[in-house]
Amino acid sequence: MAKIHVNTTINGAPTEFLCDANQTLLDVLRDNLGLTGSKEGCGSGDCGACSVMVNGRLVCSCLVLGPETEGMKIETIEGLAKGDRLHPLQKKFVEMAALQCGICTPGFLIASKALLEKTPNPTETEVRYWLAGNLCRCTGYDKIVTAVLEVAAEMRESAR
Amino acid sequence: MSDVQYKVAKTVREAAGMMLAAKGKGYILAGGTDLLVQMKSGARTPGVIVDVKKISEMVSVVEKNGAFTIGAATPAAVLGEHKKLRKAWPGVIEACNLIGSTQIQGRASAGGNLCNASPAADSVPALVAAGCVVNIAGPKGKRSVPVEKFLAGPGKTTLKPGEIVVSLALPKRPKGSSDAYLRLIPRTEMDIAVVGVGISLTMKGGTVTDARVGLGAVAPTVLLVDKAAKALIGSKLDDAALDAAAAACSAACKPIDDKRGTIKYRTKIAGVLLKRTAMIARDRINGIEHRGHRPV
Amino acid sequence: MSHAPNTTGKYKWIGSRPDRPDGADKVTGRARFGADFSLPGQLIGKVLRSPHAHAVIKSIDTSKALALNGVKAVITAEDFPDQPNLIVPTGEMQVNMRDITRNIMAREKALYEGHPVAAVAAVSEAIAKQALALIKVDYKVLPHVIDVADAMKPGAPILHDHLLTEGANPPATKPSNIAKRIEFKKGDAKAGFAEADVVIEKDYTTQAVHQGYIEPHATLASAAEDGQVQVWSTTQGHFQVRGFCSRLLGLDTSQIRVTPTEIGGGFGGKTVVYLEPLAIRLSQKSGKPVKMTMAREDVFRASGPAPGGNVKVKIGAKKDGRIVAAECIVEMQAGAFPGSPVGPACMCSFACYDIDNVYIEGFDVVSNRPKVAAYRAPGAPISAWAVESTLDILAQQLKMDPIDLRLKNAAKQGTKTAYGVTFNTIGMVETLQAIKDSEHYKTPVKPGYGRGVAAGFWFNIGADSSAASHVGEDGSVTVISGNPDIGGSRASLALMAAEELGVDYNRVRPVIADTASIGFNFVTGGSRVTFATGLAVVNSVRDMIRELKVRAAKIWKVDPDAVIWENGMAKPAGANVGTFEPLTLADLAAQAGRTGGPINGHAQLNVTGAGPGFGVHCVDLKVDEDTGCVTVGRYTAAQDVGTAIHPSYVEGQLQGGAVQGVGWALNEEYIYNSKGKLENPGFLDYRMPVASDLPMIETILVEVPNPQHPYGVRGVGEVPIVPPTAAVGNAIARATGVRMVDLPMSPPRLSEALDAARPKRMMAAE
Repeated sequence: MAKIHVNTTINGAPTEFLCDANQTLLDVLRDNLGLTGSKEGCGSGDCGACSVMVNGRLVCSCLVLGPETEGMKIETIEGLAKGDRLHPLQKKFVEMAALQCGICTPGFLIASKALLEKTPNPTETEVRYWLAGNLCRCTGYDKIVTAVLEVAAEMRESAR
Repeated sequence: MSDVQYKVAKTVREAAGMMLAAKGKGYILAGGTDLLVQMKSGARTPGVIVDVKKISEMVSVVEKNGAFTIGAATPAAVLGEHKKLRKAWPGVIEACNLIGSTQIQGRASAGGNLCNASPAADSVPALVAAGCVVNIAGPKGKRSVPVEKFLAGPGKTTLKPGEIVVSLALPKRPKGSSDAYLRLIPRTEMDIAVVGVGISLTMKGGTVTDARVGLGAVAPTVLLVDKAAKALIGSKLDDAALDAAAAACSAACKPIDDKRGTIKYRTKIAGVLLKRTAMIARDRINGIEHRGHRPV
Repeated sequence: MSHAPNTTGKYKWIGSRPDRPDGADKVTGRARFGADFSLPGQLIGKVLRSPHAHAVIKSIDTSKALALNGVKAVITAEDFPDQPNLIVPTGEMQVNMRDITRNIMAREKALYEGHPVAAVAAVSEAIAKQALALIKVDYKVLPHVIDVADAMKPGAPILHDHLLTEGANPPATKPSNIAKRIEFKKGDAKAGFAEADVVIEKDYTTQAVHQGYIEPHATLASAAEDGQVQVWSTTQGHFQVRGFCSRLLGLDTSQIRVTPTEIGGGFGGKTVVYLEPLAIRLSQKSGKPVKMTMAREDVFRASGPAPGGNVKVKIGAKKDGRIVAAECIVEMQAGAFPGSPVGPACMCSFACYDIDNVYIEGFDVVSNRPKVAAYRAPGAPISAWAVESTLDILAQQLKMDPIDLRLKNAAKQGTKTAYGVTFNTIGMVETLQAIKDSEHYKTPVKPGYGRGVAAGFWFNIGADSSAASHVGEDGSVTVISGNPDIGGSRASLALMAAEELGVDYNRVRPVIADTASIGFNFVTGGSRVTFATGLAVVNSVRDMIRELKVRAAKIWKVDPDAVIWENGMAKPAGANVGTFEPLTLADLAAQAGRTGGPINGHAQLNVTGAGPGFGVHCVDLKVDEDTGCVTVGRYTAAQDVGTAIHPSYVEGQLQGGAVQGVGWALNEEYIYNSKGKLENPGFLDYRMPVASDLPMIETILVEVPNPQHPYGVRGVGEVPIVPPTAAVGNAIARATGVRMVDLPMSPPRLSEALDAARPKRMMAAE
């Protein structure tokens, strides 16, 4: 079968690409579009390093086919900062040392952003369960969870 | 260049036609959280992938007079956000929302979970306990079958060539009813169920008037454990009744030893979870919430 | 919650928590890891792996694969020269080159499921996979052996016909799977046990576990027609990669330029090579760059897990808790080739304690599993599981507080270990006391919970580092070193350089150079970077300061000895030298050309004097008696860290290592079936802790400065993984009365043990 021509919006920009029917969105992002910020840790949806948003929904991009994204809005880590302004989550992760090697960080940031958009006031337990699909082997999760809770508090404060 | 074809179906009829034409090499793509993993490992090699997510009746939840028709390809996360469905069937919802991670639930569907037919599928014990009916469409028209009769074995359903599952129907609830689902996993998330128990109860004046028990991950397909239900019906969920129902679940088990659990362990846990799910369902009937850890 | 170190006022920059220099790149996806590099025209390389745990390779026919359209190169063991019997260090372990060449590509035999037997490079991944399927390998399947105990039995399938047990007594004459026997003695253990009032003796087992780094191995190699090779690799040691590839391929080290990419976790597992030599060879044969990545299943099957082992421990003590004799026998998995960390496992076993009479024996045993690699304090967690559990039994029997028992026997300055080293300034006592004084320990255990404590030790190493520094025309500084940053070390190096120079941390830029652009550096591992590379960085900055003073002296026309460096400026040493305005870095840099040329500093040394580390962990947990599931309620990790250069990253090491240890304790293990195939090569069934499994991990940073480092640094990265398994096991024992001896303590196993003990426990309750 010939390659499929797909039209999407990625990080707000109209983006088109050609892909095989069985090529995953993760492979399209990384290999076709040079957006290597989303990572492959397992390729089977068990680690969350490839997390992106598709039409406002948090998903593993290794479990989405490229052609499925026709007409959809995709948000990746590359779109989190606005110009040279880091998102509060990005700033807080650096500030609080919520990363060591950094490979899981893009996935955690996308997943955390999705959480705070849905629930502005999560408890520590809710944060941990929401992020259970993102594996981190370096930090033991402590500083990641603390950073997310602090950003949640700050965002609620500035929303007043 | 790849040999696989990707097609988007706009209607149920179209989807069924595509599947029939694929002559056994067609696979439905709902959330893809099983199919893509199997394609990567080589366990499944589709000739045609039929995407059904543009078919509105397959991705929506319709409520009519207290009964629900759940589109088979509706993501678990969407089900979890449906307030009325959650209120009527908290057990079914919590079962669907235990599949994988937040990311998986953004895509995985109850229909896909059912049709993948893993003996350990999380949604199925709760659907069995709920008395769910599976609505199927195919080249010979429509038919419906109770969910406990839908599965044929590990990885196998009773669907005929060209048939697809369109929706899952949950009946109207009598007053004083609720349900619950619990699974045993070694960690707190992300594991395949070692044992899964779904229970649905109706109670009046403290006495159980109706019960259904679904038991998963302990046999080639999910079991409807009549004996456990009978032990509970007419009781006040006292220790004797719970013990008897638990024993019935343990007796109904036909588990295996594998990398996730032993026969001995699974058999024991089946009984342990029966008691716990019964308590949760009863609490819910009495207005006590068991919300779990997921944000609303 | 964490406790900040008490460095207020002592240092200006050290001890603060500024943003790490690579932070913006890492939170935006800009930072590039191993699989993120590509070159135009590159080919994709894929490896064909043995499906058999043990088999003779009779022949390999690659002709059909080579003929497939789109395939540009195919390699087998024939493409690599054989290697001599030569031991080389790799991180804290040692490997034999003869074994390494066979591990990267099987020669006579396939020795584990997943063992590479051939590799291809093709224009696409799909074609590469097709090509693999066209390679015909004629195997003669042999009986295999997986477990250490089975591999040691007479009549077990033998992996290597040439392998005679080194150190056997009497000397070995027949081939064996026991590669080595080692022994450490202090005093007279037999006599010591005879003096003891109480003797506890118990056998323990652990299973193989994987480091679990989230980033699979990945490399990109580009070989040119003139023999120059460029490699990008996710590695803990790019000089190591260069060295291995140089030997394996017969190239000069100067012909190979290795650039370390950002690394997505290593923990010891990326101190060896798997893909790099293959990628280089494929690139040489095809004339194109070759990119290779490992699939997750192959990472589990065919990289280097940490060994499992069987450990027998015997401890004898007086009634008052004084330990008079200790014995430890360790049988450890090496995987398919010799070289388990049985040495460190033995050496660390009683290192936390001052014991007069010690006997330790260890066995390095091969079997048909992947060759083990380092994993954070290699070997130590295995013996610590056994020793620290036994100490807990002793404490229970003597009705002594477990911390007090350890304080009574704690190693101190002047303690001589069983492996012959006498400790300098160490922090074992201080760390025990820190737990004893902690809020956690002072809080009563909640009903239904049990509390466990355990200690752990790691030597930490120094080894070779090279560093350079130079100042730009505007006075901002670049500091160059050669260690991949796996945990935030760039920030620590910049902090030390800023402190030394007396300039703002934000004006110091740390850079990690490739193998051509800086002198030799040993791997990032052994908890050595902040210590040893930090020392090299400090020395290179001091070298630069020496030169800056010379320049100031020239400008002022005074003797260089009359110039001091203070707060980032050159100043006259005293009023008698003359009245001169201080000269800043910027001032001096601006005049560099006129005063003698560019102002650079460099240092290169083999660093000794690494301070050993001690950790003590405390955990409160409860056990669901019906299901055997464990809930960790509270966890505190205390450790002597020397000086916490960047406290956040030091805390991070304690937290990360503790959580890896919790996973090791509760759920992680390699599961093989009867055919010698790995049943759980994925994150679904290789169960590492997820965020919802844990509470916050409290850390206590005890600062006992290492006198052998200008800023008192001790390595911190490895110690934290040593105590957790026994801390968890001891807590389970305290919570349930059941003593587990086998890891992992997964729910089915714990449930079984609880059920078996039920009659006894019910009697005890009556």
